[in-house]
Amino acid sequence: MTKIKLDKFCLVAAIAALLALIFPLTGIDPDSGKQIAFVSDIPGIAVAMALSVITGAAFTWLGVGRIQYAAIILAVAVFGCWQAVGALYNHGIAGHAATGFWLFILSLWAFVWRGIDVVARYRSLETAKQQSANILVPIAFGIWLLFLWEVIVAGFGVPQVLLPAPSAIGLRFISSTDILAADFHQTFIKAVISGYVIGCGSAFIVAIAVDRVPFLKRGLLPLGNMVSALPIIGVAPIMVMWFGFDWQSKAAVIVIMTFFPMLVNTVTGLNAAGALEKDLMATYASGYWSTLFRLRLPAAMPFVFNALKINSTLALIGAIVAEFFGTPIVGMGFRISTEVGRMNVDMVWAEIALAALAGTAFYGAVAYVERKATSWHPSFRVRRH
Amino acid sequence: MTLKAVVNNVAQMPASADAVVDIQKLSLTFQTADGPVYALSDVDLTIERGDFVSFIGPSGCGKTTLLRVIADLEKATGGDISINGVSPQEARENRAYGYVFQAPALLPWRSIERNVTLPLEIMEIPREERIKRGHEALKLVELNGFEKKFPWQLSGGMQQRASIARALSFDADLLLMDEPFGALDEIVRDHLNEQLLKLWARTNKTVAFVTHSIPEAVYLSTKIVVMSPRPGRIIDVIKTDFPKDRGLDIRETPEFLEVAHRVREGLRAGHSYDE
Ligand SMILES: Nc1ncnc2c1ncn2[C@@H]1O[C@H](COP(=O)(O)OP(=O)(O)O)[C@@H](O)[C@H]1O
Ligand SMILES: [Mg+2]
Repeated sequence: MTKIKLDKFCLVAAIAALLALIFPLTGIDPDSGKQIAFVSDIPGIAVAMALSVITGAAFTWLGVGRIQYAAIILAVAVFGCWQAVGALYNHGIAGHAATGFWLFILSLWAFVWRGIDVVARYRSLETAKQQSANILVPIAFGIWLLFLWEVIVAGFGVPQVLLPAPSAIGLRFISSTDILAADFHQTFIKAVISGYVIGCGSAFIVAIAVDRVPFLKRGLLPLGNMVSALPIIGVAPIMVMWFGFDWQSKAAVIVIMTFFPMLVNTVTGLNAAGALEKDLMATYASGYWSTLFRLRLPAAMPFVFNALKINSTLALIGAIVAEFFGTPIVGMGFRISTEVGRMNVDMVWAEIALAALAGTAFYGAVAYVERKATSWHPSFRVRRH
Repeated sequence: MTLKAVVNNVAQMPASADAVVDIQKLSLTFQTADGPVYALSDVDLTIERGDFVSFIGPSGCGKTTLLRVIADLEKATGGDISINGVSPQEARENRAYGYVFQAPALLPWRSIERNVTLPLEIMEIPREERIKRGHEALKLVELNGFEKKFPWQLSGGMQQRASIARALSFDADLLLMDEPFGALDEIVRDHLNEQLLKLWARTNKTVAFVTHSIPEAVYLSTKIVVMSPRPGRIIDVIKTDFPKDRGLDIRETPEFLEVAHRVREGLRAGHSYDE
């Protein structure tokens, strides 16, 4: 007799959904002293719960060995999530969710976890299929986290000032695109880009000069660490005094922040070429510049890109924080500091979302160029015949 | 076909006017934290135009160091050395030699073609000419068709062949090779030995070749330099006289075995008064 292996996640999902049908969906309304809503009153969520019980029970036995099965349980979970959100907002459960509701969320969690797990393990020789699976995993996980955030905030009735729901942030984002665009232009296009280009570019050139002076090369690392440890909240007001309120002072803060990571990495990278390769160039009587361009700079590229990636994150943080210390009445940091004061927390979150998007896109763009430029590096290459 | 190996000691012969490499009383001491390392001492050697000279000896006896001194990658601490009548530094600046290292040392960001034409690029030879010569060099090592591949897409033996093509691409008269086939398996090695010998016979280049394989040394060379360690010195120079168009089958002949025997005796003698 073969031992039947039960799928634990589907079992949890089935049991939790079954209990969700039994336990009260909501708390008691303090005014009327009655329960606010019953499962039987809301056909949508009742159907979703029943479907979860059936699906959970079925796949507890069948197992989720195939990608098609994962698609089914994820589809059931998506339907459940949709009904749960609907119940929260259309049937007054928001702020009064009780055991039954949370058990249903637990059931959905088990489905999503199992489903994403199967997709994450999916291996296909077809590049297109494999790539879609690779993209699906972080997207599905991200959506699930947003959903959890939404139901927890709405279900417990968390005050807007403490933490707005993602839907509220999204609405605010859409309704304030003109303000956000102006802030983005001021902070990102003007301050971040120029500060980043000047900081990284000058550090790169200085690194090549420093490389020729042995004592500078050795004295640089400790100095670089010291400057990196300078608190921007100390530097930013001074830069505002020197360069005025507009974006130039923010760019200056970014230059200070990005200069040393780039300098130290480039100097390290310029010494990354091996002794053997240097000997090789010597046998061809290759001059300083020829060896620099043909050997040392290409060998330094992984280090340079490392600094470019670190700096892409630092630059955005620097610009936003620097705007707290004086700015014209536009900019992402300025908006965050003033809207916090006015308790417009959803606007603050909309700016945070914008910063996250811009930061990710910036980092992604640098990483993409890195992949193209250093495709020879062992960490990127793919064996093709 | 009669094979006649004329074996005679040439260590005491005077330097010829046509010497490509002329070394007298050469010594090299590395100063290290653990005290001086006497890598070479009292080395006398002449390599004539068209010679194929093998250096053989146990590891650590200074074979690489000697080759590096010839290539001006290391400076001697005593004695005299001249390459084509000038100092090693001048010879290097004149691009007098092609050097093949123990490892392929291909630049990973360059395709095979661009690796092979790297020396031509440094010598500022026009693009079309570079591509033409790179092509010819790759043909010599039977790597035509692999121009656009990257080093990591090739096997170890192919990478080493590409590095030989690179040393051949600018057509220097002197080839310095440091155990180029050391990491390869027997069959590939035999094949490359044959190819190298053909190339040498056809082009009349001068080759200095480091190895620790006795058959390889005897098969390839016109002159075998036997070295012993600590301090690195030459204990025997054996001249052979096999025909230029010899095949791998000469390794079975009595003459071949006789030379191999003498090399082995030399190596053994070098060891006996070391331990
Ligand atoms: N750069 C160096 N510094 C110190 N010692 C070295 C250096 N290069 C080689 N040696 C020493 O010199 C001796 C000869 O080395 P090498 O020429 O590489 O020997 P082989 O190539 O015959 O194996 C060895 O004892 C080695 O440890
Ligand atoms: Mg060696």
